Amino acid sequence: MSAGSNLSVEGLRTHFFTKAGVVKAVDDVSFSLAPGEVMGLVGESGSGKSVTGFSLLGLVDAPGKVVGGRILFKGQDLAAMSDEQRRRMRGSRMAAIFQDPLMTLNPVLRIETQMVETILAHQALPRAEARKRSIAALERVGIPAAEERLSAYPHQFSGGMRQRVCIAIALLNDPDLIIADEPTTALDVTIQAQILHEMRALCAGSGTSLIWITHDLSVVAGLADKICVMYAGRIVERGDVDEVLDRPLHPYTRGLIASLPSRSERGQALYQIPGMTPSLLGLGEGCAFRDRCPRADASCLDSPPERVVSEGRTCRCFHPHEGEPS
Amino acid sequence: MAVFILRRLSQSVVLVLVMSMLVFLGVFAIGDPINTLVAPDATEEERQAIVVHFGLDKPLYEQYGRFLGNALRGDLGRSFKFNEPALALIAQRVPATLELAFASLLLTVVLGIPLGLYAGFRPNARSSRLIMGVSAFGFSVPAFWLGLMMVMLFSVFLGWLPASGRGTTVAILGIPVSFLTWDGLKHMILPVINLAAFKLSLIIRLTRAGTQEVVMSDYVKYAKAKGLRNGRIVLVHVLKNTLIPITTVLGLEFGRTIAFAVVTETIFAWPGMGKLIIDSISVLDRPVIVAYLMLIVVMFIVINLVVDIIYSTLDPRMRLEDQR
Amino acid sequence: MSDIALRVPFRDRPLGRSLAEYRESPGAVAAFVVTLLVLLAALFASQLSPQDPYDLSKLDLMDGTLPPMSKSLAGATYALGTDEQGRDMLSAILYGLRISLTVGVVSTVIAFALGSSLGIYAAYRGGRFDSFLMRVVDLQLSFPALLIALVLLVVLGQGMGKITLALVIVHWAYFARAARGSALAERGKEYIEAARALRLSDVRIVFRHLLPNVMPSLIVIATTMVARAISTEATLSFLGIGLPITEPSLGLLISNGFRYLLSGKYWISFYPGIALVIAIIAINIMGDRLRDVLNPRLKK
Repeated sequence: MSAGSNLSVEGLRTHFFTKAGVVKAVDDVSFSLAPGEVMGLVGESGSGKSVTGFSLLGLVDAPGKVVGGRILFKGQDLAAMSDEQRRRMRGSRMAAIFQDPLMTLNPVLRIETQMVETILAHQALPRAEARKRSIAALERVGIPAAEERLSAYPHQFSGGMRQRVCIAIALLNDPDLIIADEPTTALDVTIQAQILHEMRALCAGSGTSLIWITHDLSVVAGLADKICVMYAGRIVERGDVDEVLDRPLHPYTRGLIASLPSRSERGQALYQIPGMTPSLLGLGEGCAFRDRCPRADASCLDSPPERVVSEGRTCRCFHPHEGEPS
Repeated sequence: MAVFILRRLSQSVVLVLVMSMLVFLGVFAIGDPINTLVAPDATEEERQAIVVHFGLDKPLYEQYGRFLGNALRGDLGRSFKFNEPALALIAQRVPATLELAFASLLLTVVLGIPLGLYAGFRPNARSSRLIMGVSAFGFSVPAFWLGLMMVMLFSVFLGWLPASGRGTTVAILGIPVSFLTWDGLKHMILPVINLAAFKLSLIIRLTRAGTQEVVMSDYVKYAKAKGLRNGRIVLVHVLKNTLIPITTVLGLEFGRTIAFAVVTETIFAWPGMGKLIIDSISVLDRPVIVAYLMLIVVMFIVINLVVDIIYSTLDPRMRLEDQR
Repeated sequence: MSDIALRVPFRDRPLGRSLAEYRESPGAVAAFVVTLLVLLAALFASQLSPQDPYDLSKLDLMDGTLPPMSKSLAGATYALGTDEQGRDMLSAILYGLRISLTVGVVSTVIAFALGSSLGIYAAYRGGRFDSFLMRVVDLQLSFPALLIALVLLVVLGQGMGKITLALVIVHWAYFARAARGSALAERGKEYIEAARALRLSDVRIVFRHLLPNVMPSLIVIATTMVARAISTEATLSFLGIGLPITEPSLGLLISNGFRYLLSGKYWISFYPGIALVIAIIAINIMGDRLRDVLNPRLKK
């Protein structure tokens, strides 16, 4: 790991032990993140991107369990920490923003309660002080009349404003890392763009690293420094955002980029990756993408190793598109 | 909010009127009251005098009008049996019933909510299954049977607890209560458990279901992601959400408790209004029956209204809809 | 069309699949067996009973309040003891079970037919009739069933027919609400739209398409209602306002024995109570399992 990194994940594995069998939701995932850096974690639903986020937070529910790998956060091994230490970490050093703010904010508690408790859970402060900081956080994310809005309930905000409240809550304790799980998916496109822009500015200003989990490659394109593409529990390709988007190595990444509407001409049919996402249950050896891959052959029956192409750029494929622009 | 209450109150007045008509007609249909009022060896003249005295020769609507007029003045007739105003007779019995009802409600809340929370947080634990099994039992067996079994076990065979009456009472503001004396408390134990059994099972089930739903919700996961302590998540985030439907149900259950006190009071010879109505039915004491029913109707309407108001103050989402 | 349907193996048809699922729970199977036994016992009460408990010439006052397993003067054994009139409790329970079950089942069947027809009709018709019916249902359900039944019996008087009527009046509202609810939900679905587009008659749509889909939830409610009706009847009879002495249901037997319970002669109340509770619990367990199996909302 590089000396200045905020977070370094090595060989993370999170499995779900269901009655029907073991689901390897996260299977050997590695990446690292420097302070102030924004990483996009891209994948279809069920690819394991959200479980990766929850594994970092230490919030994987039974029957799921982190079964392997190492997570170093600010140089500390999270696996070695007690539950209480993990709790202290959550919401202060490592904050989270979830998809639907209407579902994540408690409907029967005032915004004030939900903000103040986040501060008081981590530091002993007078209530008035915590309240003041809450108002400041709301102002930072551009909520007008912050002091009045503090006594409102979640349903009294619009969708975009609610998500701003969640971002404000994430920023309350000046975290080193924010994990945002599809935070703009439920919002209108215009508001989505605003929030993306503001988040980027906020993180750059405070040196906070950001993991932005999304299924939408185009969201990440304008936001992230780095990108990880996940497929069936594995990171199939990772690297700088421009490099990955301009010269994708993995056939899956290539398929994703080709299927973006902005990539196709008017009147031309959108590209589709053939086939369906495989079930993670009882997924055997070999490349999980091979059934849908135009380049697959007999060698793909073995699992491709994570190959380092250049500094910070990896790919899991026996037949990558070397050097070809997308 | 005021508009809402006013609208509901006017609806309630209509409802009380309709119910009074139904009760009046219904009780009118039970036999001919003259037979109970007139001695069998009375002459035809004496008979006529009584008929005229009670206005029984008037058409039905006039009799109803008179009944309604008297009822508005708080006069629901005199008991045939006790020769006392029916309402006053019931009023004397109300405190005993309320004492049982409140005690059983208290037991339900104090025991039911923690047990339900526990079973909701650990749905697979053996103790949770035991709780749910017992509550399923309490939910389905008839209350009077449970009462009998308790009498048989604790009063007859073990001789631990008394099976009937209120025991020694102490007067507070002129109203006798049992719960302040040791003897009175001992007399209360079985009836209170009996009256609480169904409610307790219901509240355990509701709390458990609510807890399980809330525990799975995104906002509890989010509360964990904010690094809140478990105690705060349970007591603030889970409980506050689960309590809203539970409060509503408890309010409505209070009315049911008064109704079911009929059974419990009969078994344990508890001198409340439930015992009174059963005794009155057996001797066809019509004024008391009518007065009881009218009282119950009014009580239920009040309870439903209060529950609706409480519900809308507890749930902020309801409050907003009200303002619009 | 029907011959194609016939070729589907039974276990793959909805009913067959539900039955297979029901069988997966041993407790539920036991409850079914117990319910069946209770039904048979009630049905063949006169054949199974050692004694005709209501033929006064067969009763001997000298055999009054004997504990269980006592011998009668004539030499027969009273397995569950006798009441104050020297009546064999086992026989009285079997006859009582018959009365209790009859009231429970008959009142539920009538309430089912009445409530669900009204509910489905309201859902189909909508408008004023619908809102009026639901007003009545809501109003009725806001009062406890026991209280309404009690008032009705005060007005109607005692007797099997009257208590059955009272239970129908108390329980129809549950069926009406459930039937209307699921009929409304089904009505919006595409297969009904399709049936309409095919210009099938309303009657045909209701009976061939709507009813079979609304049925499962109604069956679940009916099962619970049988148990509730039996329980309510027993309670009312215990209070002395349900059935007259000439029609001794289990509740009446228990009430009758209550006086003796306090002096330690428990069996006159205890065994009828056990019979009552076994019947109610078995039916309830069956109902719970049926709900799990038939409730489409819980299915994946």
